[in-house]
Amino acid sequence: MSTDLAKTPIDTWHRNAGARMVPFAGYEMPIFYTSIVAEHRSCRTNAALFDVSHMGRLRFDGEGSEEMLDFLLTRRVSGMPLGSVRYGMMCNESGGVLDDVLVSYLETPSQQRYHLLVVNASNRQKIRSWIEKHLPKFPKVTFSDRTEITAMIAVQGPLAIDVCKQLFRFDPSRLKYYTAAITDQFSKPVVVSRTGYTGEDGFELICRAEDAPRIWENVMLAGRDNGFVAAGLGSRDTLRLEAGMPLYGHELDEQIDPLSAGLGFACNLKDREFLGSDAIRQRANQPSGMTRVGLLPEGKRPAREGYPVLNLQGDSIGRVTSGSLSPTLNVPIAMAYVRSDEAETDKLQIDVRGKLVSAAIVDLPFYRRSKN
Amino acid sequence: MSLDEAGLLFAQTHEWAHIEEVDGQKIATVGVSAFAIEQLNDLVYMDLPEVGRVVASGDELGEVESVKAVSPLYSPVSGEVIEVHSDLPDQLEDLNADPYGFGWIVKIRLSDDSSVEGLLTCDAYQKQCSESA
Repeated sequence: MSTDLAKTPIDTWHRNAGARMVPFAGYEMPIFYTSIVAEHRSCRTNAALFDVSHMGRLRFDGEGSEEMLDFLLTRRVSGMPLGSVRYGMMCNESGGVLDDVLVSYLETPSQQRYHLLVVNASNRQKIRSWIEKHLPKFPKVTFSDRTEITAMIAVQGPLAIDVCKQLFRFDPSRLKYYTAAITDQFSKPVVVSRTGYTGEDGFELICRAEDAPRIWENVMLAGRDNGFVAAGLGSRDTLRLEAGMPLYGHELDEQIDPLSAGLGFACNLKDREFLGSDAIRQRANQPSGMTRVGLLPEGKRPAREGYPVLNLQGDSIGRVTSGSLSPTLNVPIAMAYVRSDEAETDKLQIDVRGKLVSAAIVDLPFYRRSKN
Repeated sequence: MSLDEAGLLFAQTHEWAHIEEVDGQKIATVGVSAFAIEQLNDLVYMDLPEVGRVVASGDELGEVESVKAVSPLYSPVSGEVIEVHSDLPDQLEDLNADPYGFGWIVKIRLSDDSSVEGLLTCDAYQKQCSESA
């Protein structure tokens, strides 16, 4: 294995737990510990911990941060209440998606306010360069990449919040969905955010790199009698696929605009200008002609990324962007881009390595958690 | 009943073969090694050949799919497929537990004994696996 791969601060724990490590976005990451399917199911029934320290964490301090992020993001950042989190995208001038991100507006105990952007690991360098290119226009903004000095842990599942009520000075059950707070665990500072990428309730936490192994172990310990497991990137992918969430490099890239991706809700187009806003407005009037859909292929054989999608007449009308067996539904599921005029029909076909398999078009997500 | 791993022959591509003589004919029972099954993790689909298919060693017999990937299944020997374990694709969880018993995939009547000569002993195969891991 290449020696220039980075390790997360929790690397030793993963190896001691017998994780299968794989290279991903410049990091060695656990793909699974025991089984992708078992970890997926534990997350749906109890809770799972994911080391997501490879994700990029970019901090914006100083006056003008809101203005800068307003300029860079499809989502309006100015006026975000303290402690709120928003999903948005960064686009180029032609409206192609550079990355999809979470932006949080936070306040430290010493009352310093800043914005934190969590970006995809695979896009971190690109996004850093993009931000640095635009930074001279916002001279009062201090931009810093906090990825390497911090760690990030996602705790996801129906039991995540309840079991971790006592674990921090601030009880995470007091957080509403898509809000965040800075608190601490035994005086170690932690950002707790009620967000995630699995379709389950839960939270994500960011802490200092040196505190991460202890905090990880404390969460595992708290969940010991509640079926908490460590889970790898394999189940993170199948969980987000069931939840119908796009993954950059699959459902999103620089050739795809937010509207074709079905992410119009994350674009605040009214009364504002941002990078790509003109192009996206134009797309609203003149759609790309492609739509992201969910597919349920018949049989047991998963459709994989890149497989051609055809209509019942046999015309090629799109391609699969993600596909797997759904561990929850126990049938194959897939997301695809298809021609919008074919997206209203009930059935399409997928070319699975030379065999045509019938597939029903279904609404996303494939899985929705029950809300109490 | 499970076969003893130590007595099996292995292809570099991770298939195992157990060869026995029945009525003067050599029959190979073929499956996928425990090492490969552990590496694949979470099998979700298996595509089997038809009875009667004639294969040469190294030909594709079918496919095994895990949650993450598709892997071809190669024939370790040359001959004719005379039996297929058709219950297996619906019970892939049991394959994990018993790769050298319930996990048999096909039986092949050898047409050419020499195709067996290129296979590895269990020791040699395990050495290959430990070097690749």
